[in-house]
Amino acid sequence: MKILVPVTEVTTVEDEFEIEGTAIADRYLGADLNEWDEYAIEEAVQLQEAGLADEIVTVTIGPDDCEQTIRQALAKGPDRAIRVWDDALADVDLLDVGLKSQILAAVVDAEEPDLVLSGVQSGDDSFGATGVTLADAVGYEWAAVVNHLAHDFDDDTASVRRELEGGVEELTDVELPAVLTIQTGINEPRYASLRGIRQAQRKPLEVQDLADLGIDADGLESALTLEEMAEPESETDVTVWEGDADETAAELADLLREKGVAQ
Amino acid sequence: MSAVLAVADHRRGELRDVSYELLTAGRALADDVGADLHVAVISGTVDDFAAKLDRDGVDAVHTVDYGEEFDHGVYTQTTVQLATELEAQYVLTPNSVNGLDYAPAVASRLDVPIVTDTVALESDGDELRATREMYGGKVETTVSLSGPAVVTIRGAEWPAAEGTGDATIEAFDPDIDEDALGATVTGFEEVAGGDVDISDADVLVSVGRGIDEEENLELIHELADALEATVSSSRPIVDSGWLPKNRQVGQSGKVVTPDVYIAIGISGAVQHVAGMKGSETIVAINTDPNAPIMDIADYAIQDDLFDVVPALTEQFQ
Repeated sequence: MKILVPVTEVTTVEDEFEIEGTAIADRYLGADLNEWDEYAIEEAVQLQEAGLADEIVTVTIGPDDCEQTIRQALAKGPDRAIRVWDDALADVDLLDVGLKSQILAAVVDAEEPDLVLSGVQSGDDSFGATGVTLADAVGYEWAAVVNHLAHDFDDDTASVRRELEGGVEELTDVELPAVLTIQTGINEPRYASLRGIRQAQRKPLEVQDLADLGIDADGLESALTLEEMAEPESETDVTVWEGDADETAAELADLLREKGVAQ
Repeated sequence: MSAVLAVADHRRGELRDVSYELLTAGRALADDVGADLHVAVISGTVDDFAAKLDRDGVDAVHTVDYGEEFDHGVYTQTTVQLATELEAQYVLTPNSVNGLDYAPAVASRLDVPIVTDTVALESDGDELRATREMYGGKVETTVSLSGPAVVTIRGAEWPAAEGTGDATIEAFDPDIDEDALGATVTGFEEVAGGDVDISDADVLVSVGRGIDEEENLELIHELADALEATVSSSRPIVDSGWLPKNRQVGQSGKVVTPDVYIAIGISGAVQHVAGMKGSETIVAINTDPNAPIMDIADYAIQDDLFDVVPALTEQFQ
């Protein structure tokens, strides 16, 4: 079995930041491997260790800068990586799920994986829609928000649990090939070993542009435009206690006693 | 007359609250574009559901008597067919786990964009402007798109529709390709049971990612003991296996409404806030002044929990 894991480099934001126009100023931004993708990678690696997967390939849409994040993913066990980038993408707003899925679909068509394990969502724009859109685009089955995957695929079926709201899980059998969007908590993602980090440097990382994938760069545009960005307004009139920890703890203790706590 | 199509969510015989909120969001959007509000309810006891969904502002309810529980294939095929027949400008679904399991496929088949987890919507007839958060709630953005779209709405952002409407209620008979149904629901399981019910607690001492290490949880237990309170947590603590699932507050855990909720090292992601914002008094202890929890807290201490928590415990010993 071959597994494809879409890996996203997410933008992180410092605690204190400033908005300039429709973006957070660059100096407050960082980059990291998407948290949900860590769990998707781990699940794929565990399937390989169990002898159920032969090959794990990651795919990332992003410029040169994100190669460090891709190596970070490879250090955890995947065999090779594909990075898709094109000058035509530099000016396109990748908030558009349809556009991202179109690119990933071309990679799925070329790689023909049996299973695609993506994160439920990316930690920055949090659309949570790419996995299912991709599944539909390539004609695969799917399941969203999976927090357990049985490690056998009898009858070419994946038995999963989907985490619904309110502490309820849905048990579902999904025909392969399929896209599963992986929820945090499904496993315990490993830290990369030193050996893994060294090996990752030598693993194949293939760069493809849109022409390689048979996608026409002309007329490629995002259906969504980011118009405004603002800090949300506080919903409550919050009282912030000032002072050192003893002083603020005393304020809080007074409040709690007033509310009858521990009386 | 163009149409806005809202597809209700239900589970195990009950319409979910967000389905009534969806009617309010759908009515407002229908007013923006001069459209009728159509509601679809798919699978289960659809006649009973339709009677409940016939509230003020609903023009038509389409009942689809096919199966009992959510099946994403049935929902996708039915919604695509109904949206096509109605020439719906907007298809609205809840941004629920099930909504996210079929709404993207509907958008894909209708070849229209999708915008998810929206908290405000307006349209001038062609351009839709949707408000949604990014970076874990640190910023609110407005995105625009033109033409038809699929939109998912966040729960508890719109009020529930009320009253009794005079919608036409009619059965819709979709043409379901059963060979294309490749995912089968085989059951459900409650996973948050156990001896402690955090939703019964008057005072919750709730801990999040800021606690860093499992052994640091001792500080939280000591505080809870001193306050005679119950310990709960946000998702990462349960994901890490440091506390059992029955302690988790939030969308996938428990909804709690204690007299006092003390959020310690919890940033306040929307999924968490959904489970505790009904608390009477919310206190946040967090180093990050921009953490979303600060926006819903009544009282806040912007300081290191490792200093404040022991100091607070001492106050009660």
